[in-house]
Amino acid sequence: MNNQDTYTETEGGGQSEELAVTPEEQSEEFLSPQEEQGELLAAADKEQGGPNDYLRLSRLGKMGYKLKRFFLGIPHWFAQLGRDIWRGLRSFGLRIAACFRDIFMTFKTGSWKTRVSYLVMGFHNLFAKQWLRGLLFLLFEGVFIVYMALWGGAWLSKFGTLGTVATHTEEVLLPELGEYVERQIIGDNSFKILLYGLITIFFIAAFLYTWYLNVKQSRLLDEIERSGRKVQGSKDDLRAVVDKQFHKTLLALPVFGIVMFTILPIVFMILVAFTNYDSMHDGYVNLFTWVGLDNFNSLFAFGSEVSVAFGEILAWTLIWAFFATFSNYFLGMFVAMMINKKGIRVKKVWRTILVMTIAIPQFISLLYVSNLFAHNGIINGLLMKLGWIKSPIPFWENGTLARIMVLVINIWVGIPYLMLITTGILMNIPQDLYESAKIDGANAFQQFCKITLPYMLFVTGPYLLTSFVSNINNFNVIYLLTQGGPINPAWGDFSGAKAGETSILITWLFDITNSAADYKLASVIGIMIFVVVSVLSLVVFYIMPSNKREDDYS
Amino acid sequence: MSEQENIVEFEEISIEAPERAFDIEAPSAPVSDTPLAEARERTQASVKKTHMSQKTKNAITNTIIHIVLVVMCFVWILPFIGIVLESFRCESTGLAGYIFPQKWGFTNYVRLFKETDFPHWFLNTLIMGVIVAIVQTVFVLMVAYALSRHRFKGRKFLMNLMLVFGMFPGFLTLILLYTWMHDWNMTDLNALWGLILIYTASSGMGYYIAKGFFDTISHSLDEAARVDGATRLQIFYKIIMPLSKPIIIYTILMGFMGPWGDFVMATFMAHNAHAGYNVAAGLQWLLTDSMKNEYYTTFCAGGVVVALPITILFLLLQKYYVAGVTGGAVKG
Repeated sequence: MNNQDTYTETEGGGQSEELAVTPEEQSEEFLSPQEEQGELLAAADKEQGGPNDYLRLSRLGKMGYKLKRFFLGIPHWFAQLGRDIWRGLRSFGLRIAACFRDIFMTFKTGSWKTRVSYLVMGFHNLFAKQWLRGLLFLLFEGVFIVYMALWGGAWLSKFGTLGTVATHTEEVLLPELGEYVERQIIGDNSFKILLYGLITIFFIAAFLYTWYLNVKQSRLLDEIERSGRKVQGSKDDLRAVVDKQFHKTLLALPVFGIVMFTILPIVFMILVAFTNYDSMHDGYVNLFTWVGLDNFNSLFAFGSEVSVAFGEILAWTLIWAFFATFSNYFLGMFVAMMINKKGIRVKKVWRTILVMTIAIPQFISLLYVSNLFAHNGIINGLLMKLGWIKSPIPFWENGTLARIMVLVINIWVGIPYLMLITTGILMNIPQDLYESAKIDGANAFQQFCKITLPYMLFVTGPYLLTSFVSNINNFNVIYLLTQGGPINPAWGDFSGAKAGETSILITWLFDITNSAADYKLASVIGIMIFVVVSVLSLVVFYIMPSNKREDDYS
Repeated sequence: MSEQENIVEFEEISIEAPERAFDIEAPSAPVSDTPLAEARERTQASVKKTHMSQKTKNAITNTIIHIVLVVMCFVWILPFIGIVLESFRCESTGLAGYIFPQKWGFTNYVRLFKETDFPHWFLNTLIMGVIVAIVQTVFVLMVAYALSRHRFKGRKFLMNLMLVFGMFPGFLTLILLYTWMHDWNMTDLNALWGLILIYTASSGMGYYIAKGFFDTISHSLDEAARVDGATRLQIFYKIIMPLSKPIIIYTILMGFMGPWGDFVMATFMAHNAHAGYNVAAGLQWLLTDSMKNEYYTTFCAGGVVVALPITILFLLLQKYYVAGVTGGAVKG
């Protein structure tokens, strides 16, 4: 069984890969990593003496062989990653260059109408009686010029310094009174300069793109005029909005929302990581300014309080995510199998009771559970009444105990969810596999290891990754149970945001934002969370071929 | 309720292999003293023996599993029983070391509605839930449909963009969003509107599950409709939408339940104006250190009032939730 497994896995994986590839993706770039990996593995095979020898290896030898293949793959992933990044950058650069060439050539070869369009957007469209497009282009240009003249230019000019004059009081000589009077002078606001400067940059980018579109449209009109075809009118344009270009209609508003409320704020906060914005520099009375990489340096400065706390919290975050993900996964699957088993009565009752606990908002259940285990909570009260303990167990006061508690309670939270997910998949495993395994004399444990687990891991592999990532950012469970405590004094006190034993990066980030108002540090930590999450995702992406099959059904 | 019965019709199938594997009847041979026949007889006997022991073993395992399940369900449900019991406690308002109240009554519920801003919180959350459910569903369906059915330039780029920005922790943007909303007078007592804007504006990013669903709807339907001269808009609302009832209900359910559970954004946006909270922020506030001794049982009462309608709604629509979650997990 085992030996066959390995080979069907590699071969079967490759096969399904090719089956799933759509013509769109069937480019050389897509297939090459598989081929290269294949070569590498073939080399490894040769070292072992070919695949036939594998069957003769002992159990330990087989494991060693698998491990070796796994580790041999690692440099390959990184090489692949590097190549992909390089390829992406190069194609981006080439595209930009092509853009410029395009613009230049169009100007050189285009008609006079096209050349006017370079200055007056939409001129050619209006000339060709494409009223709708032409007016929209012209309107956009007008709005842009007015905005830049009135506000955009001012914001942008201060963007480099983030303001020079703070709001302050000054003694001003009032001539009519003949004496000095204190008066508040409203100065710059670094926060606003950063924000509106950024918005202006986004706007300029949008303008440049629209301008490029305008140039392309003009050239298209040139071509149409030359060939003598009919120009598409406004009526056709309107029809395209619900038909040919329907995707643009659909995406316009949601994407605008995403740009304004996700991308812009995140880019803003990335920029904040390079400033000294915190409670001491509020950007109003005390302006903040660019500081380069200072914040990153202080986070990585060896031995400083912040760096120690960061290291410890990062380590615990990863441990937490690992145990939280896998304990839930296996126990949830186990519960699902128990309920699925033949001969278990009232299956629906068990399922409904477990599912019900998903419905109840976490802030209610977790806050209650947190108090259940509190110093004077019900559990301690009950145990003391029974006489099992003399003094209350410090569930939340002892660091190690608190860590175990959050993991255990997270199992309580996660099992119903995993039970739901796995039940359906477990049902899909072909039953004849189990039958034949049973005839071969496999016991329940062997059946689980050789049939259930490989199948489940194959199907739910991507889910495991997302679940790991969401556990790294599992704010609710940690914050509602312990608020990150018990506080570890050795990790320092960042103007009010204390790092605790159960703090994970995301709860720490929240405390730093909320109680310490140390926005620069929060931004740096946010970026670090992004780095951790994206590196993990990339690694898994390069290990798991199944992740690449996006167009599975289409 | 009848629909609910369809959710999980797993009863019929089981992981256990049918026992008939062991019931293969050996061809009846006259008993003779040839060694072959003797051996056959012995095998038959041993098969029967294993069969018997297998059955008893099964019974024992099943009993154990039943016991485990009962204990498990008890553990899972205990906190909720605890909340209900403590919400009826009248003799004290703080934490108590016992679960059964000594004096029963509705004092806590009365206090919840009279002494705290709970009616405001509840109304805020209800309004948010309804609006967010509608807008979010529309956005998600639009994005998911466009990405699933249309192949256009920049599609991959857009998907990667959403993936990458989805990896940043959302809390990062708290301070900017607060300042921004503050400028538009949508914080503090008006936090409701600011929160609605924040929840809905980028809700298109949660398109994955709906896209996975659309991907499974056959393209031949679209093609047939196009041959008949339907525009893409018509295909969207006349063909795809009616087929997507489960995923639409799932998205609505998720959109509606979101605001009930979010306390971070709500606390931050309402700042110190307690009447602007939603239920989560408000009830959590009742458990802060300075309030806990006086309002702990009130929190329990609030928890019951919030959890009851949500749980009932959830159980009614359970089928759709299961479909959405399972589909999402398998698609990844």
